[in-house]
Amino acid sequence: MSSATFKRHAGQALPILIALAMLYPATVVYASGQTLLAATMLVIIAFALWIYSSSRVYAYRYLFPGIAAALIFVVFPMLYTMAIGFTNYSSRNLLTFERATQYLLDQTYSGEGASYAFSLHADGSRRRIKLEKEDDPKAYVSAPIDLAADTPPAEVKAEAVDAASTGLADPVPLKEVIALQPKLKLLAVVLPDGSKLRMSGLRSFAAVAPLYERQADGSLKNRENGSLLKPDMKTGFYTSADGERVQPGFQVGVGFANYVRIFTDSSFQQPFLRIFIWTVVFSALTVFFGAALGMLLAVLFSWEALRFSGVYRILLFLPYAVPGFISILVFKGLFNNNFGEINLILNALFGIKPPWFSDPWLAKAMLLIVNVWLGYPYMMVVCMGLIKAIPSDLYEASAIVGAGPVTNFLRITLPLILKPLTPLLISAFAFNFNNFVLISLLTGGRPDFLDTSVPAGTTDLLVSYTWRIAFQDSGQQFGLACAISTVIFAMVAVISLVQMRFTRIAAEESR
Amino acid sequence: MPMVLDKTHRWHVLLAHLFLIALVCVVIFPFLMILSISLRPGNFAAGSIIPETISLEHWKLALGMSYTGPDGRTMSPEFPVLLWLWNSIKVAAVSGLVTLSLSTTAAYAFARMRFRGKKAALSGLMLMQMFPAVLALMAIYAIFDRIGSVFPFFGLDTHASLVLAYCGGISLHVWTIKGYFETIPFEIEEAARVDGATPWQAFRMVLLPMAVPILMVVFLLAFIGAIIEYPVASILLKQQDKLTLAVGSKLFLYEQKYLWGDFAAAAILSGLPITVVFILAQKWMVAGLTAGGSKG
Repeated sequence: MSSATFKRHAGQALPILIALAMLYPATVVYASGQTLLAATMLVIIAFALWIYSSSRVYAYRYLFPGIAAALIFVVFPMLYTMAIGFTNYSSRNLLTFERATQYLLDQTYSGEGASYAFSLHADGSRRRIKLEKEDDPKAYVSAPIDLAADTPPAEVKAEAVDAASTGLADPVPLKEVIALQPKLKLLAVVLPDGSKLRMSGLRSFAAVAPLYERQADGSLKNRENGSLLKPDMKTGFYTSADGERVQPGFQVGVGFANYVRIFTDSSFQQPFLRIFIWTVVFSALTVFFGAALGMLLAVLFSWEALRFSGVYRILLFLPYAVPGFISILVFKGLFNNNFGEINLILNALFGIKPPWFSDPWLAKAMLLIVNVWLGYPYMMVVCMGLIKAIPSDLYEASAIVGAGPVTNFLRITLPLILKPLTPLLISAFAFNFNNFVLISLLTGGRPDFLDTSVPAGTTDLLVSYTWRIAFQDSGQQFGLACAISTVIFAMVAVISLVQMRFTRIAAEESR
Repeated sequence: MPMVLDKTHRWHVLLAHLFLIALVCVVIFPFLMILSISLRPGNFAAGSIIPETISLEHWKLALGMSYTGPDGRTMSPEFPVLLWLWNSIKVAAVSGLVTLSLSTTAAYAFARMRFRGKKAALSGLMLMQMFPAVLALMAIYAIFDRIGSVFPFFGLDTHASLVLAYCGGISLHVWTIKGYFETIPFEIEEAARVDGATPWQAFRMVLLPMAVPILMVVFLLAFIGAIIEYPVASILLKQQDKLTLAVGSKLFLYEQKYLWGDFAAAAILSGLPITVVFILAQKWMVAGLTAGGSKG
């Protein structure tokens, strides 16, 4: 095989080899019980193999890695969000049904079976466990264990030795056993015959047996007291006969329950509505003020009589170039109620100290100020580009009739740049509609509403509200949060449709 | 155009200058303030914009050195700012490279090849752009939680998970590179094909070297995008020594523990290089786009 043909085939063989190598992780995933994930991986691998071996779909070879990454890490999370919205996934119902069942089946109790006398012996800095039974000539001695470590082993093997001559040091005092008890409790000693023993008292180890036994109908029988646990697929808990729920809960589908809660539960509906209105007002005002300031600046810079406009332009562009997370945090410090520099200046000049973070209206005003500061340079740059494209003879003609700058702006500049600007304004609106970073870093949604059951604040946008339901406080109500996210998806989709329509109009006009 | 400068006109110019100067002051105020705060002693001291006493304590702490104050107390750095910066750079560089290679190959197919579903795929990419990752945070968290239970290397609290989460964001870059590729005459590659090059060789040896400027720009944009990304990083990373700058910086400003001065130094230290890179990339970006637009 010549080196040219080799190279030709190597380019094809490499992705195939990678795809084949991916079979190993897929097997690992399958073995760990994540069947769905493993199946997804298999489908992707099969696709890759087909694309890189068939010459009929040559173009897809270049597309596959990028499109696959976008599908897996962008599209799939969105679909998954919608799916989670139909479940009760939360910190109370965290595990899958299989995992929760397995967790219960792994529970043990010290039941029937002999008890062994236990003593602990020093072996250097480590310890050995000795277990003896009355009518057993053998003693069982464990390997040395490092009980001082933060995470001692979960299991330790014990070997049978002659009880009379174990060769161990004297047992350590009971005081030390008591001190080590929490760690010893976690330890299972495995005897040569494979049976597991756990600490059952300060001086004894006993055989442990699984607490639950799976019945044919899927219920679990408690072997200690004979009671039955039945999985309740509506609430996502194993429930005993008297209705008591057993932790841990598992995820189950709840249909539209989350949506019903969002739209009909009054303790929920009200903050949702208020937050939605503020989200729209916030985005609209931000875009309006940002565009107005940017446009004004762009018009000023297009004025030939104005000197040094280059210097102004660079300085006024700076807010756009500085990373957002830094400037937002800088403002958080500057606006601080007590020792922020803005209040120090206001105090020195007017003797006032506005509580920017604790008054809802002031907090909203602050968010708008900061967001306009962050957003106007983009509008400025865009408007400058659009104004440049306006033919100058229009202004010459208006100068001949003696029109002033205001007339020029209202009659020529504004009408001409508004059409191409509209799609950009709408996408700026969509961006601010989901401006999580600003809210999260500046106010965190606070000050909070006092009359709601879920954490919600007066400055929360829908996204930050969703985030708080999912990640703040102990609830971690992922299902509910994902349902709200799905609602936001729908809103964003509507905004996008409007935007695409305006883009098409702008494109047709320019033709 | 001849212009007669009458008196009102001169007034207008003056007014415009005054307005612009006032605006520049407002815009620049936070930057000057933060510089001044970083050089003041203490975390609460208030004072004039030009500090009376210059103290380098915050800068030393930000650079990871301990500082002994005039009262003899030694302060050690509260947060590993340089480590965070390094984490950010590491994640951003790797995800920038991954994003670049994924979007370049895809853009090549879009620009040069015919295949079924091309139009749908292109508009699909555009549509994807509309839905920010912040709406799918719960799902992203759950996905990486699951992945982590099988492959801890890609689980929660790892930089690898962050790189994976970022590498799907190729849509804008595909469009940018595709636009540039389309300005390069196809004939050059065709000549290479006539000489026996495979499409891959024509791509790798002929097209890519000509597209280096746009590739640099896209890499820088992806790099900056990853450095300033906050929402996804904030849910995937928890341990303090794993954080990126965007997530770590806010730890300085907790109400209970308000390290204003230390934050100021750290902000300048990390914000300045990113800002410079951004301004440079922006310049090239404009140059690259106008070069792309010249063919129409």
